[in-house]
Amino acid sequence: MVRWLLALGLVVLYFLHQDTWFWDVARPLVFGFLPIGLFYHAVYTVAICLMMLLLIRYAWPLEIERDVEKATKSEDVERSFPEDMQ
Amino acid sequence: MIPALVVFTYLGVILYIGIFAFRRHTQRDAEGYFLAGRSLGPTVFLLSLFGTNMTAFTILGSAGHAFSNGIVTYGLMASSSALIIPTSLFLIGTRMWALGKRHGFITPVQMFRDRWECAHIGTAIFTLQAVLLVPYIIIAVMGGGMTLSAVSGGIVPYWLGGGIVAVVVMSYVFFGGMRGTAWVNAFQTVMFLCFGAAALILVGSSVGGFPEAMESLLGDDLTASLLTRERVPPRFFLSYTFIPLSTIVFPHIIIFCLTARRMQQFKKTVVFYPLCLLAIWLPCVFLGVAANAMGDVAAIASKLDARTLLAAGDASLTTAQISNLQQAASGDDVIILMLQHYAPLWLAGVLGAGIMAAVMASDSQILALSTMFTKDVFAFYGGTRRFGERAQVQTGRLFVVLIAGVAYLIALRAPPGIFNLAVQYAFSGYASLFPLLVAALFWKRSTKWGALAVTLWTAVSVLGIAVFQAMVPAPPPGSVASFWTIGAIDIVTRTPGGTAIWGFMPVVPMTLGSAVLMVSVSWVTRRPSDATLLRYFQSS
Repeated sequence: MVRWLLALGLVVLYFLHQDTWFWDVARPLVFGFLPIGLFYHAVYTVAICLMMLLLIRYAWPLEIERDVEKATKSEDVERSFPEDMQ
Repeated sequence: MIPALVVFTYLGVILYIGIFAFRRHTQRDAEGYFLAGRSLGPTVFLLSLFGTNMTAFTILGSAGHAFSNGIVTYGLMASSSALIIPTSLFLIGTRMWALGKRHGFITPVQMFRDRWECAHIGTAIFTLQAVLLVPYIIIAVMGGGMTLSAVSGGIVPYWLGGGIVAVVVMSYVFFGGMRGTAWVNAFQTVMFLCFGAAALILVGSSVGGFPEAMESLLGDDLTASLLTRERVPPRFFLSYTFIPLSTIVFPHIIIFCLTARRMQQFKKTVVFYPLCLLAIWLPCVFLGVAANAMGDVAAIASKLDARTLLAAGDASLTTAQISNLQQAASGDDVIILMLQHYAPLWLAGVLGAGIMAAVMASDSQILALSTMFTKDVFAFYGGTRRFGERAQVQTGRLFVVLIAGVAYLIALRAPPGIFNLAVQYAFSGYASLFPLLVAALFWKRSTKWGALAVTLWTAVSVLGIAVFQAMVPAPPPGSVASFWTIGAIDIVTRTPGGTAIWGFMPVVPMTLGSAVLMVSVSWVTRRPSDATLLRYFQSS
């Protein structure tokens, strides 16, 4: 359930990138010099950072990590791919 | 000359870091040279992976693009990358790392060959990836030559500057391999993270604050739109979110993902990557826009004059005159011009070194090409069996020298515009290969024939767009030329900067086409054996 919510969060973030509401306005100038469209995308970037924090906290692929640790402990690397075509 | 001396000192420092980082380490086999023994720690992994992805365009090009197009540059290239790149590192990078650790892969093609039980289709993927990567290396040599020439006030000529950059990069990649490259990239990332803030504070204090500059831009009809995104259509803006899909497919990024000591190392990178982008891109984009209000800098004033002439749309101007004006109005060097005007000499040198750090990001691409050639061609076609394990590293080193030499010779003779275009095609091409990587990792039913279809589609699409743009001349700025229309809908149009397909950039149909081909061709062809699938999907 949590992973689905996080996936939904990513989709919402993707659509929030297309911020048509600030498309053709420059004001207000945040801090007196930053056009609102640029400020929005700066805040958006920080929001992505928070989203990534949630992703690694609640959706980290632990099973892959454990599999690899188990495999590399029990044997050396499984070099099963063709090193050369001969 | 002082700025040039600071830059030369900087080049000496990175040469030292690159060469001696490897000497400190004892692992001298292929995995040690090409992947730093899969042992990079979290901080070096974050800084070097980020640095690997930052090119000459990051500082010079972003400010130049913002100078001409306004604040839209940040949304187009930075915030879209801030979402797509960490997400793809989280979903794909971690899985590639796990497969590399488990099966011993060093290149993505090794994984494709094993995953889809194929040989020559892997060679086809290698060829396409290599061809798309070469323009980057040439651009970096060109950028190095231009930057050294600019910061030395012309004392170091372009040919010598490019040669120095090629030799420095070649030396630390040759001796240091991945470990040397990673440490140099980490150092360079720190350099250009400091660059953005320093340049912003310096220029801001010199011009007496930015609010006045922004108000003056808003007060002029010609520049007011730079503070909005009205110059770029929403569909074009949306298209740009497809471009960062290319990042995780670039061989140098995938290979870099394999260098992490543990999967945990990705956590810091995934979280901090957007903030690093913000720290570099926001100041560069803002300064690029603000440069429009700095008419007191003579060279910037002449660019603004050229733009005013272009905007007037004088019908008597010839194509050659328009092209000259477009070149004169181009803003790729506005950051350098601002620093030369506003910064004290020694600080301009330090900031010039920051620019060099970004310009010289070709090291990872050179190493990736060398790694791919050594493993995917030399070793795969029997080289290791015939000449032994040690020959692999020697072949890789020889290839590093060859690539750097050839890139330098081409950079001396070719006009820069050609390779700037080629880099654009490379982004679209690699984004179009994204479904290939996703299918390999997540879709059991995918087959080698689906992979071949995607590879051929990508090659044909990139070539088709290049030919189209070479044959159909670009319309003047601010207009588009319809090429194929159905009813009242423009299907294919030639734009001043490239091509649009139903208003979207070509990368959109290319990537969607790849996905459709991968699914449809895979469904009608035989899937890999159960034994192979079990090795790839055993935990799911």
